[in-house]
Amino acid sequence: MNTLVREMRGAFAFIERNINLVRRYWGWELVWLIYSLVNSLAVTYIGAGMERISGQSLDTQYLITYLLVGTLIWSYLSVIFYSISEMIAWERWEGTIEYTFMAPVSRLTHLVGTTLFAIVYGVLRTLVILLIVASFFHLDLSGANIPGAVLLLLAGSVSFVGLGIVAAVLPLLYPERGAQMTNAAAAVLLLISGVYYPVETLPGWLQVISAASPATYVIRGMRACLLHGESTRALISTVLVLIGAGIVVIAMGLLIFRQVERYAKRAGRLKRSG
Amino acid sequence: MSTSALEIRQVSKVFVKKERDRARFAHVKREKVVALANVTLSVNRREIFGVLGPNGSGKSTLIRLLSTLLIPDKGTIRIFGHDVEKEEFEVKRLINRVSVDAAFFKKFSPLENLTYAARLYGMPMREAREKMRQIMLHLGLKEETFNQPMEHMSRGMQQKVAVARGFLTSPTLLLLDEPTTGLDPHSKRNVQGFVRQIRAEHDATILLTTHDMEEANRLCNRIAIIDEGKIIALDTPEGLKSLVSKRNDHEPTLEDVFIQLTGKKIEEKEVE
Repeated sequence: MNTLVREMRGAFAFIERNINLVRRYWGWELVWLIYSLVNSLAVTYIGAGMERISGQSLDTQYLITYLLVGTLIWSYLSVIFYSISEMIAWERWEGTIEYTFMAPVSRLTHLVGTTLFAIVYGVLRTLVILLIVASFFHLDLSGANIPGAVLLLLAGSVSFVGLGIVAAVLPLLYPERGAQMTNAAAAVLLLISGVYYPVETLPGWLQVISAASPATYVIRGMRACLLHGESTRALISTVLVLIGAGIVVIAMGLLIFRQVERYAKRAGRLKRSG
Repeated sequence: MSTSALEIRQVSKVFVKKERDRARFAHVKREKVVALANVTLSVNRREIFGVLGPNGSGKSTLIRLLSTLLIPDKGTIRIFGHDVEKEEFEVKRLINRVSVDAAFFKKFSPLENLTYAARLYGMPMREAREKMRQIMLHLGLKEETFNQPMEHMSRGMQQKVAVARGFLTSPTLLLLDEPTTGLDPHSKRNVQGFVRQIRAEHDATILLTTHDMEEANRLCNRIAIIDEGKIIALDTPEGLKSLVSKRNDHEPTLEDVFIQLTGKKIEEKEVE
């Protein structure tokens, strides 16, 4: 019981720290929110303009919703990915990494605190973007399966937590450029996961790689729910696969993190700040 | 249960420095730097043990090894009987560290930074808040600074908050890595008084590295002098001073001992 209370306090340390970081760096948050919002609008306007671009009659409403679902889901998943991968990068930037790693708190607790914050923050941020973007376009989600979409999104979050842990080792290994390397990893996921186009558009070899990205299944499932009203029952197998894959990726991520942390302690890599 | 607070046996640590060779494309030069070489020492419970050495002598590496932030290449370290490598978690519960570089979330206030530390160490917040206040006031920080961002505070004030963070968790082994560097004489005295107090009230053992010979002389029960990763002398302050007593016409100081044994002044060499 004592241990549980202690670990809960530890997890709350990371939640509270991240809330304080958002409050103190609100300017960055605002810039980042505007960037995401403008990006979502720009991508969605591609759908709105397709009829003019191609000179053919198209289902513009469908295209708009198709792109909007992709951009919003990507916005949410990337918040989860970055919030977790930055759990080390922040400590590098501020120079506090040694103090956090010296504290009697397990890496799992560190992760639980960071993940809880990331999910709540990601949902709130995506809702703000959705509300603003929705005011620019006429969205018809009357036939959508919203509970199914939420279930799928939560299941997809598990895998992204795992990917975030794997990416978090980069700033541990490479103090100066690790954080930038996580951007490259996110960009690859964006390319292969069918965020703005069906993965079938990609060359065959990239389609094979796209099958390994959890985002591919989340985005495909979300479109089925929101555009075609796919039933929750039909989504169960995808949800189970995503949760199963998520658990495997988290376990792998923790294992990799543990090994890299040991390497960093052997090589003296915790000392330097980025 | 072990009678020693700290047992270091034959500990070595070597770092590999990599440097890109500008003359040859994609060629990296590797140079081995011996930070510690077969260091053996033991520190008794409730002892204030000093480690003196020039910059780059291995003091901070030793503190990092004890803090579980580095893993030794060779040898064993036991803190209150727990192996720092195999029983890392148990060791972490017993220690805390104050280092010369006061690292904080710079936009957070002292209270926010200390709250983060208290939660990481699983402290109940009601107790922690009261303790933070008491320690900071004791160290001479004014109440109006408690909620001001750390980035607006002077180096000395930041160091006081770092000291408060180290004392907050009442560690059984407190590792002080040049804790008074950057502090004014009055604040130094406050910190030194606190070190004695924490030993008396919490039965704490303290390992202190310092450049301040007077501080070492005043606080430490025993002192090890370390140079180029090796311990070259270990005794009480009086014992160390007796090593040079016959060679000088004045009463020997720790600085005389240091210069004679290492052939260097304390400030010499580049920073670790």
